[in-house]
Amino acid sequence: MTQPVLPTTHVAPPAVARSWWRRNQIRLAPWIFLAPGMIFFLFYVIFPIFQSFQISFYQWDGLGEKTFVGLYNYEELYYDDAFYTSLRNNVIWLVLYMLAIPAGLFIALFLNQTVVGIRLYKSLFFFPFVISQVVVGLVFSWFYDPTFGLLNTILGTFGAGPINVLGDERYVTYGIIAAGLWPQTAYCMILYLTGLNAVDPEQIEAGRLDGAKGARMLWYVVLPQLKPATFIAFVVTIIGALRSFDLISIMTNGGPFGESRVLAFYMFEVALSEYGFRYGYGAAIAVVLFLIMMVYITFFLTKMYRDERGR
Amino acid sequence: MRYTLTSTLAGAAALALAAGAAFGQDSLSGDLKIFLDTSNPAPRATMEQMIAQFQEQHPDLNIETTIIDREAYKTQIRNFLTANAPDVATWYAANRMKPYVEAGLFEDVSDLWAEPEIADNLASTKGAMTIDGKQWGVPYTYYQWGVYYREDIYDELGLEEPKTWDAFKANCQAILDSGRKCFTIGTKFLWTAGGWFDYLNLRTHGYDFHMALANGEIAWTDERVKQTFANWRELIDMGAYIDNHTAYSWQEALPFMVNGEAAAYLMGNFAVAPLREAGLTDEQLDFYQFPAINPDVELAEDAPTDTFHIPANASNKDAARAFLRFVVSPDVQTRINNGENLGQLPVNAQSSVDDDEFLNQGFEMLSSNSPGGVAQFFDRDFPAEMAKVAMEGFQEFMVKPDNLDRILDRLERTRARIYK
Repeated sequence: MTQPVLPTTHVAPPAVARSWWRRNQIRLAPWIFLAPGMIFFLFYVIFPIFQSFQISFYQWDGLGEKTFVGLYNYEELYYDDAFYTSLRNNVIWLVLYMLAIPAGLFIALFLNQTVVGIRLYKSLFFFPFVISQVVVGLVFSWFYDPTFGLLNTILGTFGAGPINVLGDERYVTYGIIAAGLWPQTAYCMILYLTGLNAVDPEQIEAGRLDGAKGARMLWYVVLPQLKPATFIAFVVTIIGALRSFDLISIMTNGGPFGESRVLAFYMFEVALSEYGFRYGYGAAIAVVLFLIMMVYITFFLTKMYRDERGR
Repeated sequence: MRYTLTSTLAGAAALALAAGAAFGQDSLSGDLKIFLDTSNPAPRATMEQMIAQFQEQHPDLNIETTIIDREAYKTQIRNFLTANAPDVATWYAANRMKPYVEAGLFEDVSDLWAEPEIADNLASTKGAMTIDGKQWGVPYTYYQWGVYYREDIYDELGLEEPKTWDAFKANCQAILDSGRKCFTIGTKFLWTAGGWFDYLNLRTHGYDFHMALANGEIAWTDERVKQTFANWRELIDMGAYIDNHTAYSWQEALPFMVNGEAAAYLMGNFAVAPLREAGLTDEQLDFYQFPAINPDVELAEDAPTDTFHIPANASNKDAARAFLRFVVSPDVQTRINNGENLGQLPVNAQSSVDDDEFLNQGFEMLSSNSPGGVAQFFDRDFPAEMAKVAMEGFQEFMVKPDNLDRILDRLERTRARIYK
């Protein structure tokens, strides 16, 4: 019965041969390409996040048996002075690290000219970012050395007493941030330098005809055009501030008496360092840090989303 | 292919075993993986030499040595003990090995300690290797702590090695009056302050009190603990320590002594080598035992012991046991601890101590003038978490002695949490 209504039999075989794969190829290909990244992201980022949540309810030395203790680790955290010190330092880091953005912009504006050998100068300014953070930390800890360091030798010639920057709980965090700002400024500078290349010369010209110069020109004509660069500079600087771990580890090891710790370092110290055997407590710190960052990330994503929609 | 290779090896091993049994000697074969934390040049060479000799005795054994940076080793050990265990690994005695013993990661080697060779000759360190009545490894070296001082400065000021607390402080005052500091110290990595607490507490209240504190039986807010800190405070208030010590590691604090800006250093014997390398001769450098504070308290010393262990997950435990026996044997002990090698004290009573000014004094002190007992070291006797928090407190106390009550409250809270 069906036979007569099949006049297109001669094209039917290829249609039958079109496998499931061929039919869905276009829809599937992107997922296949995404799969390796997604699997790794799932296993190394998403999964550990939930695992941290889980471990934070246990008391565990990382070797033996886990004991369920409920919210005890969080209660302990609430009474822990060291936790508040670390939290305070995290905030100081986030705020002061932002100085890298105007500093980077200033240097970029300064270097954005055509002089003989400007490429060399630009490279030299960018140099600190190329050096490993560990080396930056070492160089600065020698610079700050209270007895032999350059800083105190200079201060000495002005008759100012030696300052033990890294050994004094009042200055230590600021001392480390200053060290961190050195490479971070260079990073922001390079972002702004590329941004400045994209600034429209016609708009500058137009602004000039209208009588804008100096700060007004910068604020109303140049900066709006640098918005993408500023956005990236913000992101990398905040990430940089949260990654302050290596500098702290090299320069002070969290000391003196724990005054230079940030949350990430404190977490490492209680869970993984030489004397740390408190995985549960470390996980609790990680959870708190995660929640704080979630607030920031959510704020950031919504802002980005609104900006995109507004366009 | 792989299968045949293994089976051939196994066959060879069985053969070697049979042959060894037949001739009553070498029967070791297979792989022996050794992890070491002796990453400094001299100890490293010593260990390599020692292992080479063991290899010569057991040609069928395939020895693989991995040397890991000493500081990195302390955090890596828990990974490799669980995941990819070697057959032999270095570590430290007493409470420092407790987390691994409790987690069942170290092999019980009580059988080795039952052999007369070891039982008779290593008796002095047995206590430090024992947890729950069993032994969990063997020591390979130990060293004394004490005051290393600049003999020439003492001579210049007409000072003598102090025997009492008052003489100790009087000496210090004389040194301060000459424009120098009494003691150099670098507390950046905290443990150096633990050494000072050990000695002050051992001298003020004795070994048993110190160990009771280590076991969490005594509150940190106890009046007796405060007495120890009061003694410490006398030195701090005098200005006995170099300024800005929080910024230095123990090595970075050495130049103060070498330059003559500080007269002495409370340290382990390992400080002698860098001091000599920095140009101090044996005429300029000398050693004395930390003086008595409370004359009724028997003198006790710190003598940290470094050890070899067999991980519970090791694959070639027979060879590992043979290696441990080899390491503690009298000849090997004499050689690896001599002045050219580790420059420390041998653990075997049949070994001889190298003829070195400091080793002789240290051996003399530990064997005849330490009736109270021998402690390991603050961060080896106290549980790791307690040690960390406490040493941080000591560092704070050395800078801000007025915070003592707050510091002790914090330590007490930690004690309540840790010892349950």
